[in-house]
Amino acid sequence: MDLTFSPQEEAFRQEVRTFIADARTKLPKTVGAPEAATRTKDDYLAWHKLLYKKGWVAPLWPKQYGGTGWNVTQRYIFNEEVAMADMPTTLPFGLNMVAPVIFTFGNDEQKAKYLPRILSGEDWWCQGYSEPGAGSDLASLRTKAVREGDNYIVNGQKTWTTLAQYADMIFCLVRTDSNVKQQEGITFLLIDMKTPGITVKPIIVLDGAHEVNEVFFDNVKVPVANRVGEENKGWTYAKFLLVNERSGIAGVARSKKATQKLKEIAHAETIDGTPLVDDEDFARKIAELEIDLAALEYTELRTLAQESQGHAAGPESSILKIRGTEIQQRITELTLEAVGYYAYPNDRRLGANEFVGPDYALGEAGHYFNMRKASIYGGSNEIQRNIIAKAVLGL
Amino acid sequence: MDFSYTEEQTLLRNSVSKYLADNYKFEQWRKFTRSDLGRDPAHWKAFAELGLLAAALPEEYGGLGGGGVDNLVIMEEFGRALVVEPYVPTVVIGGGLLRHGGSDAQKTEWLGKIAAGETILAFAFAEPKGRYNLADLATTAKKQGSGYVLNGQKAVVLGAPWADHLIVTARTAGTGRDRSGISVFLVDKKAKGVTTRDYPTIDSLRASEMTFENVELAASALIGPADNGLPLIEKVIDEAIAAISAEATGCIKVLVDATVEYSKTRKQFGVPIGKFQVLQHRMVDMFVQYEQSVSITLMATLKLGDSDAERAKAASAAKVSIGKAGRFVGQQAVQIHGGIGMTDELNVGHYFKRLTLIDTLFGNTDHHLKRFAALG
Repeated sequence: MDLTFSPQEEAFRQEVRTFIADARTKLPKTVGAPEAATRTKDDYLAWHKLLYKKGWVAPLWPKQYGGTGWNVTQRYIFNEEVAMADMPTTLPFGLNMVAPVIFTFGNDEQKAKYLPRILSGEDWWCQGYSEPGAGSDLASLRTKAVREGDNYIVNGQKTWTTLAQYADMIFCLVRTDSNVKQQEGITFLLIDMKTPGITVKPIIVLDGAHEVNEVFFDNVKVPVANRVGEENKGWTYAKFLLVNERSGIAGVARSKKATQKLKEIAHAETIDGTPLVDDEDFARKIAELEIDLAALEYTELRTLAQESQGHAAGPESSILKIRGTEIQQRITELTLEAVGYYAYPNDRRLGANEFVGPDYALGEAGHYFNMRKASIYGGSNEIQRNIIAKAVLGL
Repeated sequence: MDFSYTEEQTLLRNSVSKYLADNYKFEQWRKFTRSDLGRDPAHWKAFAELGLLAAALPEEYGGLGGGGVDNLVIMEEFGRALVVEPYVPTVVIGGGLLRHGGSDAQKTEWLGKIAAGETILAFAFAEPKGRYNLADLATTAKKQGSGYVLNGQKAVVLGAPWADHLIVTARTAGTGRDRSGISVFLVDKKAKGVTTRDYPTIDSLRASEMTFENVELAASALIGPADNGLPLIEKVIDEAIAAISAEATGCIKVLVDATVEYSKTRKQFGVPIGKFQVLQHRMVDMFVQYEQSVSITLMATLKLGDSDAERAKAASAAKVSIGKAGRFVGQQAVQIHGGIGMTDELNVGHYFKRLTLIDTLFGNTDHHLKRFAALG
């Protein structure tokens, strides 16, 4: 057991830092902006494309498909450096969600067709899982696919589809058999968003952002060739994907960066002439947060180490989702508290490049409200607790 | 011991709640809060006609002779409908400062105007660097002839875009955070040297950042004692805390009811989600928070006439309880609604936002915990 980094690992960290510093000069200014809400599709893709050119866009993929071949420590160092530099995360829907399903369960044609386009950023993917009637109870989904010759005809509706307004492709869970146990009648389809019959409708969330959408399917023709694996076996692939989604969800590096920003704000804000960060009550809250984050970090490292020894992430990964999102939410709560009365201005309704109060307060209240989603998405935290109760504790 | 409302108070509640049910539906609210003005002026007019603006003001100055409990009744109903009209700055704070500190001439002129709905006031007390300390003032009013010259900046002045006059706290003597040397002034928003920057707030109100540059004030602009205005300000802010605690209680009630109702109709795993014990217990905790909020708001309201220390402790106790209850109920209402609770389209998120900012207003939970503890 050893917690120190080897000279090779420190050298790797330097290499990552140099790359990020150089990348920053090549990117539009908005990419490195602290306020994520101002990032556009092009911003995300600009960063994605630089990583692609460097060969670093897919740390989670096997080398044969274009992955980095990094070990757990390298991935950890890379994530930390990217977060600390406030670079955007690459979107997970293609790289971390559908791609592992394709290279694990897809056929050779599918691998050849989709993986290079995910890697290059040519295809933007979104996730067609939740439906209005199927949230926590995902297996009750009703979007229907009926086989007609070499096609499936898809009808139904997906919802909470993140950034579907930009997507080229959607991976969908659809019902292909209604006469069996719910989980046994689901199929995993890859659908081109330009297919006639697909409509995307925006949903505006609490902070005024257009982040999620409803996606409607009206007699959408999908070639059978776009089915991953076997018909009615989609739930197996879906679960595999959800476990992957959970392990990435802890967000430790991003939370460290956000904690650093919180402390900067608490240094700048004063309470009776003293920096807020020195206020006994507030200092205690920040300390508790940092301790919780350290415990989460080492829980994640233990999980990653196990994975590196060939043990796939198990139901324990739900711990990372629960604690990761609780900590993310706590950071936004304390940040909102730190900015005092400057939580009030509604930044989204000010003009471009305008703000009220200190610039560090910009967007923080909105961020607090927006982050309430974290304990709902990716399987709500109640569902994660059910998973641990059943699968880990055997209750 | 008697916690029952008088017949007048019950009539008042019924009249407010009926007006809001008929004219202040969520869909209407969405429209006018997003208009350029941010409110529909017809409502303020109607409030005056219904006697709401007069209810808590003294009879001899055009009011109906009520008090804190009338404010509580009105604000609870306002909270339930997410009312944006500036009742607190105009009636509770403006009316309160004048009633407790104004000269007879000021009371006659201004309390009458407030009761009749002829004026809207905003309370400019917070400053960019002062956080929640009411005495931490960099704004100054220097004596000049018989009057004063006002200079400084005020932050997040709620309702200011709609106001015709401002009530401004300023330092007339002393420095820094001295408790003495503070005075209160009534300032015409159109006066030379007043500049405002108006903006919408995240909880659908409107506010302004304000700058005062050599604003000349007549001696008659002073409300209450010169150099010793802080006790008056504290008294009136405690009254305002009782009022916004009632508003929060109204918001909490809506969220508890909406969540319980939703959990009975939303089905997952073949049953309404309200059948899951983990959610049942959480909704019970939300309901407990609601009941505690009602109680502590009543306590703070009924102690408004007590000694300064008793009153202040009760107000801070209410502010702390309401802050905690608002956060828990708001967050859990969104959580139990799931994705739909995150949308701008549903009312739940808007109540959550209002509750969140009520915790900030007049000092957050930590601030009032400290104040309570310091009062012994």
